[in-house]
Amino acid sequence: MKSKSQLKLLLEIFTVFFKIGSFTFGGGFAMIPLIEKEVVENKKWVAEEEVVDVFAVAQSMPGAIAINSATFIGYKISGKIGAIIATTGVVLPSFLIITLIAIFFSRFQDAVVVKSVFSGIRPAIVGLISTAAIKVAKASIVDKTGIMLAILSIVLVVILDIQAVFIILGGAAVGLTVYCLFPEKTAKILSNGGKKD
Amino acid sequence: MIYMLLFLEFFKTGLFAVGGGLATLPFLQNISDKYGWFTSQELIDMIAISESTPGPIGINMATYVGYKTAYLPGAVIAILGLVTPSVIIIVLIAHYYMKFNEHPMVQAGFYGLRPAVAGLIGAAGFEVAKLSLFNTNKYLLTQKFADIVNIKSLLLFAVIVFLLNKYKKHPIYFLLGAAVIGIIFKY
Repeated sequence: MKSKSQLKLLLEIFTVFFKIGSFTFGGGFAMIPLIEKEVVENKKWVAEEEVVDVFAVAQSMPGAIAINSATFIGYKISGKIGAIIATTGVVLPSFLIITLIAIFFSRFQDAVVVKSVFSGIRPAIVGLISTAAIKVAKASIVDKTGIMLAILSIVLVVILDIQAVFIILGGAAVGLTVYCLFPEKTAKILSNGGKKD
Repeated sequence: MIYMLLFLEFFKTGLFAVGGGLATLPFLQNISDKYGWFTSQELIDMIAISESTPGPIGINMATYVGYKTAYLPGAVIAILGLVTPSVIIIVLIAHYYMKFNEHPMVQAGFYGLRPAVAGLIGAAGFEVAKLSLFNTNKYLLTQKFADIVNIKSLLLFAVIVFLLNKYKKHPIYFLLGAAVIGIIFKY
């Protein structure tokens, strides 16, 4: 199986995903158009309809969207090895860049300029996170139960210091319970826009 | 031993952080509280760097945290831990052509899980705000009420939120702007 052409294909998979990892700022959602362009238009590895399925799965399963998409597409092209190669390709630029920064940053973090840069950036980070939280809330809260769950999870974490894992599992449990108690009503909510777009 | 713990903690993060890069934040805060490998202050700086460099935010954060904790091997292990659950789950789904995410039970689970994630990110933002907008320590020292709030930071925060919502530009521009303001006004 490991013919010359397969090695060439694996190398190509690696290069394409390395490129995707190197050129997208801002994570998963920013990568979607680039993945589409490379994998569907340029290389024609995956059909347009298939890639929509890939993104749907990538977004709803745990883990980074970029990693999930890379693994899925890599697997579709060339099985398990393809999945691993694509994932390695998409991860490697992050690893190289961040390691370099970490090495240098630990040397300069006590410099006055670096300190003042980060004192300006920190409030901006609060802004970014709160905007992200509002965006996720808008996309994921479809009814009163959702509002209550979101507020409850903030309270549980901030005041009672409950771990994130339990919040996630608890949220899923509430969702399933509501579904079991009111199957018809929940099915209706889920069918009209209950999904994240 | 530290490698084992690092792998397990990031495996957990990879398995439960649903919904993109910043969803890993509550897990990382938890790691910081539990082991003290890095401070919450350092974590905020890591977010800034992860947002302004290419690549998935979750992976960037894992690399940084891993490096801070145990240098190069730490970075590799943190990434492996974060990625492993994804690879296993996605390969299973792709292999069996599972329409897993369309199953009503799965959707019902997500119907409850997603708002909880929104709340988690909100709570993470609150933790970061405590450190960068308020000076609880200074207040405890001076007992002056005016010292609780860092006015300059709060103002900058408000401006950034306003601009973020008005101009939907990439975060890196706002971070650059904030960095310049930091230098000019020398906090």
